[in-house]
Amino acid sequence: MNSLSGCCKKDFPTLKVKVYGKRLVYLDSAATSLKPESVIESIVDFYSNHNANIHRGVYLLSQEATELYEKTRTKLKKFFNTPKEGEIIYTSGTTAAVNLVASSWGRTSLGEGDVIVLSGMEHHSNMVPWQIVAREKGAKLIYIPVTDSGELDLEEYKLIFKNHSVKIVAVNHISNVLGTLNPVEEIVRQAHRYGALVLIDGAQSAPHIPVDISRIDPDFYTVSGHKMLGPTGTGFLYGRKEILKSMPPYQSGGDMIEEVSLKNATWNELPYKFEAGTQNIAGFVGLGAAVDYLISAGMDRVRKHGEELSMKAREMLSSVKGIKFYGPEKGSPGGVLSFNIEGAHPHDIGTILDSEGIAVRTGHHCAQPLMKRLGVAATVRASFYIYNDEQDIESLYSGIHKVAEVLKLGVK
Amino acid sequence: MELSELYREVILTHATHPHHYGEIENPDKKAHGSNPLCGDSFDIEIKMDGDKIAEISFVGAGCSISKASASMMTEMARGKTVKEFYDLLDKMEKLVRGELAEKDTEELGDLAALAGVSAFPIRVKCAILPWKTLKNAVEDDG
Repeated sequence: MNSLSGCCKKDFPTLKVKVYGKRLVYLDSAATSLKPESVIESIVDFYSNHNANIHRGVYLLSQEATELYEKTRTKLKKFFNTPKEGEIIYTSGTTAAVNLVASSWGRTSLGEGDVIVLSGMEHHSNMVPWQIVAREKGAKLIYIPVTDSGELDLEEYKLIFKNHSVKIVAVNHISNVLGTLNPVEEIVRQAHRYGALVLIDGAQSAPHIPVDISRIDPDFYTVSGHKMLGPTGTGFLYGRKEILKSMPPYQSGGDMIEEVSLKNATWNELPYKFEAGTQNIAGFVGLGAAVDYLISAGMDRVRKHGEELSMKAREMLSSVKGIKFYGPEKGSPGGVLSFNIEGAHPHDIGTILDSEGIAVRTGHHCAQPLMKRLGVAATVRASFYIYNDEQDIESLYSGIHKVAEVLKLGVK
Repeated sequence: MELSELYREVILTHATHPHHYGEIENPDKKAHGSNPLCGDSFDIEIKMDGDKIAEISFVGAGCSISKASASMMTEMARGKTVKEFYDLLDKMEKLVRGELAEKDTEELGDLAALAGVSAFPIRVKCAILPWKTLKNAVEDDG
């Protein structure tokens, strides 16, 4: 993969789809990525050749299914460099992972007056679960402010610890709106100094940059598989083993138990204590194939590609009259470019770009407090991934000119 | 899918130069409406004269479709009785869903331009939002 040319459009069947007879220009990978053929094939292969439930059957097929399912966990452990066995809990995605922590850890560890620190650039999924548990337990939410340049105000962050009993800090690694890469190592160090835990929402970082969980050293790290080439309904929660051990089950039922009597039950070992019921087995097999694909692409190159494309797009679009960008000037490691055009509502821009086959996200991107901070109701977000190339940016550029033409911008 | 059907001249004009944009003094009723998906948000105020909508105004932010729809709605709803407004609302909903007979569009004036929305299902909500908000305002009893 060269920095600006897409490596691998041919690997992604969705890119063959015609939209209103036009080439699909998919610029919404921050919402969900396309899936390579190898991931799709692994799912078909699982259902065709290995379909059985896991962990229960003594028969061969069930053993095969269990192996395939668990192999992905091993791959994820290596890919994200997590310290110990049993720390990767499969979930349906980041939202479920945050809910697991807020509910299981939050309900048993938070009390009246305790503080949960979030940031002003969180996705609703790393905000609402905390709001709910805070209300229930009488805990307080304090937000790290976002600076005018779209970064977290670390000075303000540090001050919070001086006056409050902070129990947990939950922030994203890369913002889904701005594409800002947050200094998570520093955030973790500061919290640990005061005995607070840290959850990092890795929904946008895991697909785009090398993530070394042992080095970042958070207590929890959440990932969505479907944003990193994997199937929807897959993701995981990394949790520090000692903490996971002390946490009660989140959901209960089959597979998460050790022994059940009529009155009582004991819990299975980690990570199964948190994986009740039949899981998305084929999905996690597919996620394993996605990890393989990313390993062969090389995460350093993936990061560079996203940064360069978002920077190139910003450069090119900066000549558009009335355009305003939100986020890092030098390109986003998350491959994200958010913008608005004076006189054109993002929703109109989205519809007009769609007519050209260009898929972008428009709206508040599940981050209404951040929108308020930016002083806008909505933005247009183009997000780039490994299958995007310079031609896609050119299409976006011509698409934006079409917007100006249809909405008669600069005429009225 | 014809974009020119959606973004007709009359729609763009209403969107950029909306009618009855602002607030009215001492409104009798008001309502707030928003579309959480796209961030469109409108506040509508009305003054009643008996059963009639005597004055109407709106403020808010939204896409061209919602803004134009709001602007045209203020023109159409002013002077109408509540019953007449409900009839109009019914026609308007049918219009943007593509269910209104051609002959019934004539009495709609500028509003007929919103017929193009029916080819863009995702935008139907935009066109209807101000109308739903006015309905809530009409039904607002303080």
